[in-house]
Formats: sequence, structure tokens, C-alpha cells
Amino acid sequence: MSIRERLSGNEATATAMKQINPDVVAAFPITPSTEIPQYFSTFVDNGLVDTEFVAVESEHSAMSACIGAEAAGARAMTATSANGLSLMWEMIYIASSLRLPIVLSLVNRAVSGPLNIHNDHSDAMGVRDAGWIMLFSENNQEAYDNTLMAHRIAENKDVMLPLMVCQDGFITSHSIENIELVEDDKVKEFVGEYHPEHYLLNKKEPIAVGPLDLQSYLFEHKAAQAEAMKNAKQVILDVAKDFEKMTGRKYGLFEEYKLDDAEIAIVCMNSTAGTTKFVVDKLRNQGIKAGLLKVRVFRPFPVDEIANSLSHLKAIAILDKADSLNAAGGALFADVTSAMYVNNKNVPAVNYVYGIGGRDTKSDDIEKVYNDLLEIVKTGKVENPYRYLGLRREGDK
Amino acid sequence: MDNMIEIRWHGRGGQGAKTASLLLADAAFNTGKYIQGFPEYGPERMGAPITAYNRISKTPITIHSNIYEPDYVVVVDDTLLESVDVTAGLKSSGAIVINTTKSAEKLKEELKGYSGSIYTIDARKISEEALGRYFPNTPMLAAIVKVSGIMSDEDLLNDMEGSFKHKFAKKPEVIDGNMKALELALEQVKKIQ
Repeated sequence: MSIRERLSGNEATATAMKQINPDVVAAFPITPSTEIPQYFSTFVDNGLVDTEFVAVESEHSAMSACIGAEAAGARAMTATSANGLSLMWEMIYIASSLRLPIVLSLVNRAVSGPLNIHNDHSDAMGVRDAGWIMLFSENNQEAYDNTLMAHRIAENKDVMLPLMVCQDGFITSHSIENIELVEDDKVKEFVGEYHPEHYLLNKKEPIAVGPLDLQSYLFEHKAAQAEAMKNAKQVILDVAKDFEKMTGRKYGLFEEYKLDDAEIAIVCMNSTAGTTKFVVDKLRNQGIKAGLLKVRVFRPFPVDEIANSLSHLKAIAILDKADSLNAAGGALFADVTSAMYVNNKNVPAVNYVYGIGGRDTKSDDIEKVYNDLLEIVKTGKVENPYRYLGLRREGDK
Repeated sequence: MDNMIEIRWHGRGGQGAKTASLLLADAAFNTGKYIQGFPEYGPERMGAPITAYNRISKTPITIHSNIYEPDYVVVVDDTLLESVDVTAGLKSSGAIVINTTKSAEKLKEELKGYSGSIYTIDARKISEEALGRYFPNTPMLAAIVKVSGIMSDEDLLNDMEGSFKHKFAKKPEVIDGNMKALELALEQVKKIQ
């Protein structure tokens, strides 16, 4: 029997970390992820875990300490947000290139400047090509579940890549909601122990980690990293299957909500997917065939699966909670439309940049997107594919 | 009750409106409901206006936005009536609960013709009588439970006794005072005519 609880997204993540009981947690506080290492440090202090907690002086050091720990053969975790991730940036690439399966909880927040502590996805989008597996979470439950599945995916010998679990800062990290927790012993059995194939503290196999890698090999090493990312897709599905056996909760690469018979659909990630479900239900009651595709696995990007899943629609809107500032649309839009193109699926698509710097996304905003899609279906034309949602313009209140 | 009840709290930093919204979420959770409790974070400082929210439902809640058309509004500090549009979007079928000693006429004037029910409670008097200090959030929690009918008085008192015992494990002397504040508030919250 699962445990009925009510926790914030940060409490849920810290609880998952407590149940995982990693060897090392190294972290530096930054809003809105601060509570995760804060709660975790109390678990350490109260003897509920036997983790070595390293209170470092910066996020660069937090990631460096995780890299050192993982290279030595330990299981390491950390948490951060926005500028904390920016400061880790150098080490983020090193972690993935050294094939160290570190697990990071990224509580999404706008990257400065100007200074803003609220939610958008600009932090995550800044590291989307850094070689990390990236899972997105609609609510506290998914942040918890994704964290429980993280090590099994990252530490798989065909993968060996770091993984970040994303959730929306404040919107889910600081909202108390119902959650079903898994019992400690079941988590322990599910996650299992970490026995790396190669590690620095193995005296029987002296190795070097991260030496000079020039023209003759770096290319091949990068190709191997890319291959591992491809392998991750099946491993993510396999782990999800085991997780479903334990909890009854089903996870895929993405979630299709009333998409089968839908004519118009929104593609988005994290908490906005929940608000979109609310709107889909409302529109369905009015006879409008609206649907949702919620991306869970953003890296590796499920190219063929997403293209197939969207191919029957008459119009789609892709919502980006980060502006790529490139005059060519947001990152999710580029990935989805590219996936459609290479799969020869031609569906009118439009992009909305929304929710920047914590601008609240109302159900009315989502309804407006569906109305725009109905208009596109009616006219068969996409006038301007690069749009904003919820942006105030001159003359607006 | 309707399937989903939405509540908006208005208070000032330091008065415990956020804590009250989380306590309400807790109490409703303990009666088997699906709940959300979340504050709207800004540049928080003592005395600044703050907003917090609750959703309470019999079925899972997926919406993750602020609340724009609440069923109920709780005003923890009546000086906010002058500066914040507390009834914005408030359903006329709903109600507003205000911690105040102002007259009915004055309140009606300040609420600019809000057509729904208006309830008042003197949370300062109750708190000072029960606790000897001014903590308006406990009486306001009881007041909104009474007005909204989210749960019975008895369920609230039983549940909060457990919460207070846990929360004030190191200060047991304040448990009785908080329980008394709840009881007085349940009795004293009044609808104005």
C-alpha cells in the first residue's frame, strides 16, 4: 500500500532523496530549490540517511564535488535553479563527458538578468545540448517518481549519463498537494545499489578520468556519448515498466491526454500541462476535440514517437516557457517541428513563448491557444508561427 | 459542497496568512480531500500585502495557476481593504470573511457594492483573549471553515488539536490557547446584514 501524503514539490524531492540515501549530496542554496538541500541536511543531521553532505561554497563546486564522488565510484546528487545551474555550466559538460550518472534536481527558474526568482524554463534550455538526460514533471508526484527512477536510468551500463529532474519553481516546488509515496524498503529495492564498472577507487584497475583528449579521439568519445543518449530512450521505458509494476503509475516518453481522437492539440512541459488538462476537459464538454501531448523526456528527444503521435492532428501549438531570442521560435517548437519534418508529417504548427519570469499562465490563456488553433483549422493558414502568450503590449492594462 | 472550492487569502507579511492557508490545506487533506495550498511569492517583507491560495476538491486537481474567481476570500488585515481590490473576481454566490471591527455600513462602502455575503470576526480580540498575543491566523482559519462548510467544527477541532500537538511539541502551553482561539472564532464569526 502506498502512503497518502501532502507535500510540496521540494519536500517530495527531498523525500525521494532520503529514500534513495545516496553516498554524497553536495549543494549550494538558491531559490526556489534551496529547501531540497535544506530538508536533506536535516535528514543527515537526524541520522535518517548516511550520506556525506558537502556544504560547498558555490554551485561550480557542488557539481565538481559530485563529479569527484561519482568518479570515485559513489552515487551523488545535487539540486539547483537558474543562476546556480549557470555557475555549474562548465562542470555540467564535464559530468556528462566523463559519463558520470549524477542526478540533479533542477527547480526551474528564470536565468538573470534582470534578477527574477520566478519560474520559466530558461535554465533548463541553456543546458539542453549538454549531454544530460532531462525529465520534466507536471507536479510533486511526478517530481518524486522521476527522482525514484533517475538512478536506474542514469546508471544503466548502456547509458552512463547524468540526469536532471525538472519541476516548476514555486508553482510546484512550493505548492502543497496530495502525493502517493512509496514505502522506504520498496524504494531501496527498486533503486538498488550502485556498482560502477570503472571507478577511481578500484585498486585492481588503475584508471585516469578526464585526461587530455585531442583530435584523435574526442570525436569518437562524443559519438559514444550521443549513442548512450539514444540508448537511454529504451532504458527509460524499461525502468518505467518496472516502476508501474511497483506503483501502478504509468510513465512513457510523453503523456497523451485525450489525444487519440483530438483534432487540435497543445504540446508543453511541466505544470502548464496540468492547467492544459483542466482546459481540455472544459473544451471536451463543449464538443471541441482538444488534446494534449505533455513531454516528459526532453533529452533524449523522442523524435519519431512524437511525430507519429501528432500526425493525425489538424493543428498543433507548441508552448515554450523560455524564449530562444533567435527570431526562429523556442527550443521545444524547433524540436517538435523538426521531428515532424524528418518524419514527413505535415501538420500546421504554431509556437507560443509564455510564462516568462513567472508570468502566471491562466486557464483563459490556454483556452485562447485552442481558439487560435480552431481558427487555423478553419482558414488552413498559419499567419505568424512565432507568437507570445500572456505578453502585455503597449495600451494593455 | 461543489466539486472544487477556491479560496484566496489576503494578509500582510508576518501575520501568518500563508501558514493559515497551509493549515487549511492540511485539515482538508485529513478529511480525505485533494488539496492545493500555495502562496504567491513576491519580495516578501514584514507588513507588505501578500496573497495565498487554496483549492479543495473531491477529485484530483490538475490546474496550476493562481485563483482569479474564488468562491471565498479571507482578509486577515482590514487595512488592506483600502489598497487591495480584495473582491476582484469573487463569486457573488460566495463570501468574504474579514478580520475587522468596522461597522457594516463602512465595510459595504469599502467593498464597493460586492453583492455576496460578508462575514466579520474580531480576530484580534479572540487572539489576545485566548493566546495573550496577536496571531490572527488561527481565528481566521476557523472562520473560513465555518463560513465555507469545508468540514464540520468537530472535524476541524479534532484535526487541529493533532496538528498543534505536533507543531508545538516544545511549547505545549500554547496548544490550549490555540484551541480556545479556534473555538471562540467558530462561535463569533458573524454574517453582516
